[in-house]
Amino acid sequence: MTAVEAGTATSTGTFTPRPGAAPLSRMIRAQAALETRMLLRNGEQLLLTVVIPTLLLVLFSTVDILDTGTGKAVDFLAPGVLALAVLSTAFTGQAIATGFERRYGVLKRLGASPLPRWGLMTAKTCAVLVTEVLQVALLTAVALALGWSPHGNPVSVALLLLLGTAAFSGLGLLMAGTLRAEATLAAANLVFLLLLVGGGVIVPLGKFPAAAQTVLQYLPISALSDGLRDVLRHGAGLPLADLGILAVWGVLGLGAAAKFFRWE
Amino acid sequence: MRTEPAVEVVGLVKRYGTKTAVDGLDLTVARGRVTAVLGPNGAGKTTTVETCEGYRRPDEGTVRVLGLDPVADAAALRPRVGVMLQSGGVYAGARAEEMLRHTATLHADPVDVGLLVDRLGLGGCGRTPYRRLSGGQQQRLALAMAVVGRPELVFLDEPTAGLDPQARRATWDLVRELRTDGVSVVLTTHFMDEAEQLADDVAIIDGGRVIAQGSPEELCRGGAENSLRFTGRPGLDIASLLKALPPDSTAAELTPGSYRVNGTVGPQLLATVASWCAQNGVMPDAIAVERHTLEDVFLELTGKELRV
Repeated sequence: MTAVEAGTATSTGTFTPRPGAAPLSRMIRAQAALETRMLLRNGEQLLLTVVIPTLLLVLFSTVDILDTGTGKAVDFLAPGVLALAVLSTAFTGQAIATGFERRYGVLKRLGASPLPRWGLMTAKTCAVLVTEVLQVALLTAVALALGWSPHGNPVSVALLLLLGTAAFSGLGLLMAGTLRAEATLAAANLVFLLLLVGGGVIVPLGKFPAAAQTVLQYLPISALSDGLRDVLRHGAGLPLADLGILAVWGVLGLGAAAKFFRWE
Repeated sequence: MRTEPAVEVVGLVKRYGTKTAVDGLDLTVARGRVTAVLGPNGAGKTTTVETCEGYRRPDEGTVRVLGLDPVADAAALRPRVGVMLQSGGVYAGARAEEMLRHTATLHADPVDVGLLVDRLGLGGCGRTPYRRLSGGQQQRLALAMAVVGRPELVFLDEPTAGLDPQARRATWDLVRELRTDGVSVVLTTHFMDEAEQLADDVAIIDGGRVIAQGSPEELCRGGAENSLRFTGRPGLDIASLLKALPPDSTAAELTPGSYRVNGTVGPQLLATVASWCAQNGVMPDAIAVERHTLEDVFLELTGKELRV
């Protein structure tokens, strides 16, 4: 009874209960904006997502130290660097950020907020996509300035980038949700480096021994860089094999992440 | 249905592997009151609170929060319950006001953010990222985030741990205002004075169970015996004093000339001691009734030895 009396007697108090969730769309928009700001504010992440891909593109396009086959080097490199941009944001960046958010109770605390978990994951995906749009715009501008002449259907490119994002997000979240934050930090950077070298980003897969090639071509990064190259360099329509590989990785990664992700 | 309790825990058991963190705990938290959960480290306070918050599923027993199941009805409860974790909960790179404003955006009718920033002295945090805020600033931000959505019930896990005295007072004032405005508050604390100052009800937890519950006054009256102390000349005849006292009393000379009488301390006992002194020509200096504090009760119930 005291609660009722207290409630009515002070109905104008600063903290008088008036609970309620904001509309779902407003929550997700706000969360996506916050997640994007956190991504873009992080200096180490920017090194990975912006500085390294741009440097690789400029360096290897202008200095002839890499055998990229016939044609302009930038025509080979630009699609690879776009694939690298997706890898850096959807996988490495997201894994590290989410790993530390888990470690420092951010995910736990958000779990007590009115924002549902799927809303949080939607917001994270939006933040990754916004970052990727900025990366693609920047890298495209740089590549065009270096004399890049892209071909192909933009829809195919968008499809590849989206499926690549799904594949890398699943793997990144799987790592962030199961390993310790420090282990995620180390492993995500190591994987970034290994895939940069062994995934057809700047080194053509043809440079590797045949046995290695048969394995490497099934990596998500290889499928993404190869698919983008087929379209943007050779004007291919829909690189179905590469899209298929990415889709399988996406289903496996996101499925495993959904099953094994621990929120604290 | 405002009359049902804010929290009702019955027979809660929670195990981590072979370790039993909570072992048949019963706890009822009334609406519109401040309830303090006290207990030594590892007593099961945080596990209990986190089960009420929906973070853990009970192994046995039932938990109802605002009449709902914290796990099954989580979506309905989340907007109605404010949560302050023991630590963390904020993006390392987020600024205090930015994070508070964001939390407010997730609620339909939040408290004015500027007002909370002023009340909890968060204005000085400026553009400093969360990871570089002081422990006290981080605590105050977490408290602000717990109340900004105008919840009916808030859980505060050690809200004043690591705060300086000024920030502690500001937190206490805020908790009192929450109660005045009709919010139910559950807080865990190690500070007895905090529980004495703030709480309408206190539950002392040890070994995963509630070992005492009541208002601070009830606990102080009930648990430990009160005592009467006085000083006089050394070597008074204790046996003679005991004969004058009611049968349930004890008396002792603690140090030469310093005496303590334990028993049902009241005006009658005081009069008895005074008249015995008069008969024996003793002037009782510094005669004083010692009331037990919550800390005495707590130590008596949970033991004085350090927990490992």
